[in-house]
Amino acid sequence: MWKTLQTVLGRLLQAIPAIIGIIIVTFVLTRALPGDPAVYFAGPAADKESIAAIRHELGLDKPMYAQFVIYVENLFHGNWGTSLTTGRPVIEELGRRLPASIELTLCALIFAVVIALPLGMLSATRPDSWIDHVTRVLVTMGVSLPTFFTGLFFIYLFYYKLGIAPSPLGRLDVVYLSPPKVTGFYLIDSLIAGDWEIFFASLKQLILPAITLGLFVLAPLARMTRASMLQVLASDFIRTARANGLPARKVLLTYGFRNALLPILTTMGMVFSFLLGSNVLVEKVYAWPGIGSFAIEALVASDYAAVQGFVLAMAILYVMLNLLIDVAYTLVDPRVKFSGG
Amino acid sequence: MSMINLKHIRYVLTENPLTLVSFSLFLMFVVIAIIGPSLVPYDPLASETQYALQPPSTLHWFGTDQLGRDIFSRVIVATRLDFFIALVAVLLSFVIGSVLGAVAGYFGGWWDRIVGRLLDTIMAFPLFVLAMAIVAAMGNTVENIVYATAIINLPFYARVARAEVNVLRNAPFVEAALVSGNSHFKLLSMQIFPNAMPPMMVQLSLNMGWAILNAAGLSFIGLGVKPPDAEWGIMVAEGANYIISGEWWVALFPGAVLMLAVFCFNLLGDGLRDIFDPRKRT
Repeated sequence: MWKTLQTVLGRLLQAIPAIIGIIIVTFVLTRALPGDPAVYFAGPAADKESIAAIRHELGLDKPMYAQFVIYVENLFHGNWGTSLTTGRPVIEELGRRLPASIELTLCALIFAVVIALPLGMLSATRPDSWIDHVTRVLVTMGVSLPTFFTGLFFIYLFYYKLGIAPSPLGRLDVVYLSPPKVTGFYLIDSLIAGDWEIFFASLKQLILPAITLGLFVLAPLARMTRASMLQVLASDFIRTARANGLPARKVLLTYGFRNALLPILTTMGMVFSFLLGSNVLVEKVYAWPGIGSFAIEALVASDYAAVQGFVLAMAILYVMLNLLIDVAYTLVDPRVKFSGG
Repeated sequence: MSMINLKHIRYVLTENPLTLVSFSLFLMFVVIAIIGPSLVPYDPLASETQYALQPPSTLHWFGTDQLGRDIFSRVIVATRLDFFIALVAVLLSFVIGSVLGAVAGYFGGWWDRIVGRLLDTIMAFPLFVLAMAIVAAMGNTVENIVYATAIINLPFYARVARAEVNVLRNAPFVEAALVSGNSHFKLLSMQIFPNAMPPMMVQLSLNMGWAILNAAGLSFIGLGVKPPDAEWGIMVAEGANYIISGEWWVALFPGAVLMLAVFCFNLLGDGLRDIFDPRKRT
């Protein structure tokens, strides 16, 4: 137990260089962004004096390294600037919208895992059969679909043509009030409030965007599952288990799948990179009020403090998710040591 | 790797019909990109508002958009721009990535650490988000889409190159070349690099599809290519406003062709991998 805790802590420390890298990149970005940072940090209502005051306060009259120190200090104090479009602190805006994005991303991930793992296992048990080929074509199509295009197509089909999907505008139809906020996830909050009607209403809004997003990551998941299962199924202990007459189901799930799980976990980093990136596009298509659509609005309005905050938030979220995967890895397989890098 | 010959290529093409299909599709797209703009029936930028939003017909195969422009002509003309962006971006990251990776893998030590740190920093971002940030910071132009796409693809090439060079560095033929007095530069460029090419080529094809998708995604959210230029992503974005009122053709055709192009590159990448590196098949 103590050993495991040590490896987990060691892994946490290894995230520090990544975070330093992210902060440096976003710092360079803020300096490269068009326009005067003092103007957009000051907000829309600022006059000349207050801009000059903010320039001094932000240390923009100081040398670069000093500016960097101030930038880092500001970040850690939660001072990420003010959004031009809403006039409120960027960090507050991001915090308010983050649950919507995370709820969407997690639901997409669950959808992808539920579809891709069985497909991958099925292909691995029957390599080069028709089911293997069909799976390959299907998942390759999935990863070739531009998410924004799939989203529009779904809206046309399920909303306009068939009329079974709700209007693609946000997390909840206008006739409903959002559930009292506890976690910020509508699905969970509505359950806490015991309001099934809102639960189903928000689930209905969520299904299409989540599937759109999930389709894109079916391929890496299904293919890794197939490759990893093939390798495990060819190993000696599986042959032994089969020779000893264990039921096929037990061999496949208990012995095979458990051992195949580790390589699948390592692809999760790429899966999350895909999910968080395409999240932006899906949010725009479905008018989903998450941080992605916030960033697009900010881009259109040249609201650079908001854009920079969004990039930072996404990168930190991504590093956190990667950490989570690695910790899960340690827990699934106690042999893993991270000291070697 | 020297065993790659025509017979093997023919075997792979006939054994997997999908590879043959994707290869033909690829050729078709290349021909369209080269001669398409001189073949189209209408001027892709000419608007005739009295014919706005007409459904597909014999006159306008893919219908017309909100300004009465012929969507078929626009989709065909856009092929060149989308392929150009993806190709230049992928070539840039191929060249820079392989130099960085080769130096890191060959010399090791500090070189390896610095390059590794740089790549880790790029990979610390969700890649599409990083591309958004780069285009936002550098300015909203086609060149910057190319640079952004090149930067986010860099780690893939650099890693493949580093791994290949690291193994080849100790190969007997490299040592033989070294003791016969060749410089490091000559060794890397004449002996090691040509042998590291096959896996890099596979990566190139797989990345082309992704680069097109990335460029179209950036245009879709309003970064990069600006109206009225014809580009698949921006055409889908323009069509998005008409989906809810039932004018499906404005977004469908550019989106479908975009999908076809990406699908073709992904299949082609798989096929190439089967030719060059059958063990990596998944």
